Amino acid sequence: MMLLFIVLFPIAAALAILLGASARRTALWAAGFTLAAVLLAYLGFEPGQRGFQMVTSYPISSDWNINFTLGIDGLSLMMLLLTALVMFAAVWFTGEIAQHKHAFYACLLFIAAGALGAFASLDLFFFYAFHELALIPTFLLIGIWGTGKRQAAAWKITIYLATGSFILLLGLIMLYRSMPEAARSFDIRVLQRSAALIPADAQGNIFLVLLIGFGILVSLFPFHTWAPEAYASAPAPAAMLHAGVLKKFGLYGLLRLALPLLPEGAQQWNTLLIVLLLGNIIYVGLVTIAQKRLDWMLGYSSVMHMGYIFLGIASGTLLGTSGAAVLIFAHGISIALLFAISGEIRQRTGTLVMDELGGLGKIMPRASLAFGLAAFASIGLPGFSNFTGEVMVLFGAFRNGANPEYFGIYQIATVLGLWGVVISAVYMLRAYRSVFMGPLPESLGSVTDLRRSLRIPISLLVAMTLWFGFFPQSFVRLVTPTFKSYFTAKQ
Amino acid sequence: MTIAAPTLEIAVLVLGVLVLLFEMFADQIDKRTFAYTAIIGLGAVLIASFFLVPPPIELPSTGFWSFYTADPLAIFFKRFALVTSIFVLVMMIDYAPIVRESIHGTTHQSGLGEFFALPIFTCAGLMWMASAIDFVMIFVSLELVTMSFYVLVSFTRRNPATLEAGVKYLILSALSTGFLVYGITWIFGVTGETNLARVAAALANPAVESGPALFGMLMVLVALGFKIAAVPFQIWVPDVYQGAPTPVTAYLSVGSKAAGFVVLLRVLEPFFILPQIERLLVLLALLTLLYGNLAALPQSNLKRLLAYSSIAHAGYLLIGVVCLAGEAIAYYLVAYLFMTLLSFAVLVAVAKQTGDNIEDFNGLARRSPFLAFAMLIAMASLAGVPFTAGFLGKFYIFNAAIAREQTTLIVVGVITVACGFYYYFKVVRAMYWEAPTGDAGVPLSRLSRAAMVAMIAGIIFLGVFPQPILDALK
Repeated sequence: MMLLFIVLFPIAAALAILLGASARRTALWAAGFTLAAVLLAYLGFEPGQRGFQMVTSYPISSDWNINFTLGIDGLSLMMLLLTALVMFAAVWFTGEIAQHKHAFYACLLFIAAGALGAFASLDLFFFYAFHELALIPTFLLIGIWGTGKRQAAAWKITIYLATGSFILLLGLIMLYRSMPEAARSFDIRVLQRSAALIPADAQGNIFLVLLIGFGILVSLFPFHTWAPEAYASAPAPAAMLHAGVLKKFGLYGLLRLALPLLPEGAQQWNTLLIVLLLGNIIYVGLVTIAQKRLDWMLGYSSVMHMGYIFLGIASGTLLGTSGAAVLIFAHGISIALLFAISGEIRQRTGTLVMDELGGLGKIMPRASLAFGLAAFASIGLPGFSNFTGEVMVLFGAFRNGANPEYFGIYQIATVLGLWGVVISAVYMLRAYRSVFMGPLPESLGSVTDLRRSLRIPISLLVAMTLWFGFFPQSFVRLVTPTFKSYFTAKQ
Repeated sequence: MTIAAPTLEIAVLVLGVLVLLFEMFADQIDKRTFAYTAIIGLGAVLIASFFLVPPPIELPSTGFWSFYTADPLAIFFKRFALVTSIFVLVMMIDYAPIVRESIHGTTHQSGLGEFFALPIFTCAGLMWMASAIDFVMIFVSLELVTMSFYVLVSFTRRNPATLEAGVKYLILSALSTGFLVYGITWIFGVTGETNLARVAAALANPAVESGPALFGMLMVLVALGFKIAAVPFQIWVPDVYQGAPTPVTAYLSVGSKAAGFVVLLRVLEPFFILPQIERLLVLLALLTLLYGNLAALPQSNLKRLLAYSSIAHAGYLLIGVVCLAGEAIAYYLVAYLFMTLLSFAVLVAVAKQTGDNIEDFNGLARRSPFLAFAMLIAMASLAGVPFTAGFLGKFYIFNAAIAREQTTLIVVGVITVACGFYYYFKVVRAMYWEAPTGDAGVPLSRLSRAAMVAMIAGIIFLGVFPQPILDALK
C-alpha cells in the first residue's frame, strides 16, 4: 500500500493541479508527502532479506499475464529515495513561473511520478510504461518554459528518447519471447528465477538491443548529444529531475534486467561497452573542458560521469556493481544541486557565459557555498558519496582479472578512468573560479543571494550525500544482497 | 431474449429506410432530429448485439451460412462499425452548418436529411462485410459501402476541392472494383468455388494450378489495397481525405479501412499456403510504412497529415497481416478507431472557427484547454506513448513481428515510429508552445463534448486494461 501511495499520489496531485488546485502549495505538499512516505518505507525495510519486499499486485490482463506489481529491494529503495529527494528539491527550487504555472508544476510531478513508478514496478510492462510517462511533460517543459534554442532541444530529446525507448521495448519483447512458452512472464521476479532458461545464443542479441535502448536513455557515447543541449535549455527544475533521476532509469534497467538475466550476453558485449564508456569519460570529458557556458558544461559533465557508472556495470565484480549503485545516487544529488544553483544564477544575471560572470561569491555567499559543495562532490572529493562510488567502481573494475604482470582491458579502462577524475577537477574548478571568484563585473552589482528558505532543500541534499559519503556501509548493505545473487548465480 | 445475427444488419437497413422516408415528408422539423434518431437507433442495435443467439459450434456450410458467418471476429467488427458510425454521426451534427452553406436548395435545410441517412447504409454495408465469407457476398457488401461513400465524399459539392475529391474517389474506386471482380473471376475459374473455405480446400488439391489462382489473388489484393490505403494504391488518399467533408473523411479512414482489413484477413487465409503471397505482403507493408511516415513529415495541413498518418497506420496493420495476427490487428483497429475519430472530432470543432492547418491550432491550449487536451491524448496515442491504446496496439503488432522474426519489418518499424513522434508532436507543439492568434474560445456542443470524453476514456482505459477487447475476440 505504501508503494501504491508513493507511485499514485504525485499523479493524483498533478491531476488536481491541472483541475485548478493551487499549484505551488499542492506540488510542495505532494513532494513532501512522497518523501515522507519513501522515508517510512526506508525505515520499514529489512535490509537482511533477499528478494522483494512490500509487494502488491493487481491483475491487468490474464491473456498476457500482465500485472500491476509493485515491490522494492535495496536497489529500488535507494532509487526511490533519490527520486523523492530530487523531486522535493526541484519543486522547492521552482521560482516564479510567468505563464501556465499550473501546467508547469503538473509536468514536474508527472516526470517524478514516471520515475517513481518505473523504479517501484516489478512488471516489465509498467517498468517501461512509467518511464515514458515523462516523455510528453519533458517535451512541454523544455518547449514552453525553456531558454535559448529550446525548440530544437525539445525536439532532439523527444525524438532521441522516443526512439531509444522503442528500441528498448523491442529488447524487452525479445527477452520475453526468448523464454520457453510455459515460463514466459513480464514479472521481474519470475524472470530472475528462470533466467537460466534463456538460451545462450539469444542472449547476445537481446543484450545488444537492450544496451542500445538503455544506452540512448542514459546518453551513452555516441548517443549522448541530446543531453547537454536539452539540459542547457530546460528550466532548472526540469533539468534537475531529468539529469538527476530520470536518466538513471537506463542504468537501473541494466542493473535490474541485463546483468542478472543475460550474464553471457553481457560478457559478449563487455569490450564494446568499455570502449564506449571510455568515450564518455575521456572524449566527453575533454569536450566538457572546452565549454564556455556553465549550463552546457554541467550538461556535458553529467554525460561524462555516466561513464563511471557504466564502468561499474561492466566491471563484473560485486564491488564495482555496488559502486555503480552508490554512484547513481550520489551523482543524481550532486548534478541536481548544480543545475539548481546554475538556474538561480541565470535567473538573476540573465547569462551563464562564464566569461561574463565573476566574483559572485562576494554577493551570493549562499549560492557559492552550495555550488562549491556540489562541485566538490561531483569531482569526487573524499567525504562525499561520489568519492565512495568512484573508488568502489575503480577498484572493482581493476580487480576483474587483475594480473600483476599484464594489464587487461579492465585495468587499462581503470587507469584511463582515473584520468577522468583529473579532467572533472579541471572543468569544475575552472567553472567555480570564473563564476564565483575574481572581480565582480559592474553590471552584476545588484544581484541578490538565494532565498533563505532554499537552505532547506540544499541542506537536505548535501546532508544526504555526506551521510552516505561518511557511512557508505549503510548504503552498500542495502544494495549488495541484490547483486550478490547475480554473482552467485553465475558461478 | 435472443436475436439471430443477421437481424442486426436488417435492423440497421430498416432504420436507414425509415429515416429517409420520414425525411421526405418532414420539411418543417429540425433535420438534426434524424441524426439523433439514427444515433439512438444504432445505439439500440449495438446493445442488441450483446444478446445474440450463441452461434452453433459447427456452423452449417450450406445455404445462407455458406456466405454469411457469425463468428466472434464478425460480431466484433459489427460492433466496431456501429460505434464508428455513432461517433461519425455526432461529428456530422457539428458539421451541419458547413453542409448548409454549401448546398443551396429550396429550404435552408436541404440535403441535411440525406447527409444523416447515408451513414446508416454505410454502416449496414460494413456490418455485412464483417460477416462475408463468400466472394460474391464480399463484392456486394463492398459495393454498398462504396456507393454510399461516393455520395458522402462529394456532399458539399459547391466546394471545388470536394468535387475533385468526389471525382477522384469515384473513378479510382470504380477501377479498383473492376480489379476485384476480375480477380474473383480468375479464382472462380480455377477452383470453381466462391466460398472462401471451399476455395482453400480446392487450392490444397495439387491437381489445381496455383498460378492462375495467384494471379486472381493479386487482382483482389489490388482492390483491397485501395480500400486500406496501402502503397502503391494510396494515391487517392491525401486529396480525397482533404477534400471530403471532415466527418466523412473520418468515416473513410476508420470504417472503410477496418472493413478492408477484415476482408483481407478472411481472403488471405486460404492463400497463405502460397509463399509468394507472404513476400508480396512484406513488400507492401514496407512500402506503406515508409511512404506514409516519410510523406507525413513535411505536411502543414492537419487533415492531410491525418491522411498520411492513415496510410502509415495501414503499414503497421499490414505487419500484423504478414504475421497473421488477427487479434493484434483487431486490437490495433480499436485503438485506431478511438484516436483517429478523436482527432477528427477536435479538428471539426476547431476548423469551424479558424481552419484546418496546423497553424490554426496555435495556442489552442489557451483558447480551449479541453480541446487541446483531447488532441494531446489523440496525438500521444497515434504516436504510441504508453498508457494509451495506441501504444498497446503497436506493442501487440511488434510482438507478433518478433515472434515471426520479421527483422526487416522491425527495423523499418523503429525508424517510422520515430518519424511518427515528430509529425504528431508538431500538432502538440502548435497547441502548447505557440502563441494563439486570437483569444476567442472554441464553442463545443454538449453532445460532442460527451463523445470526446468517451473517446479519451476509451483510449486511456484500453491503454491500461486490454483484457476486455481480448475477451470479446474469443
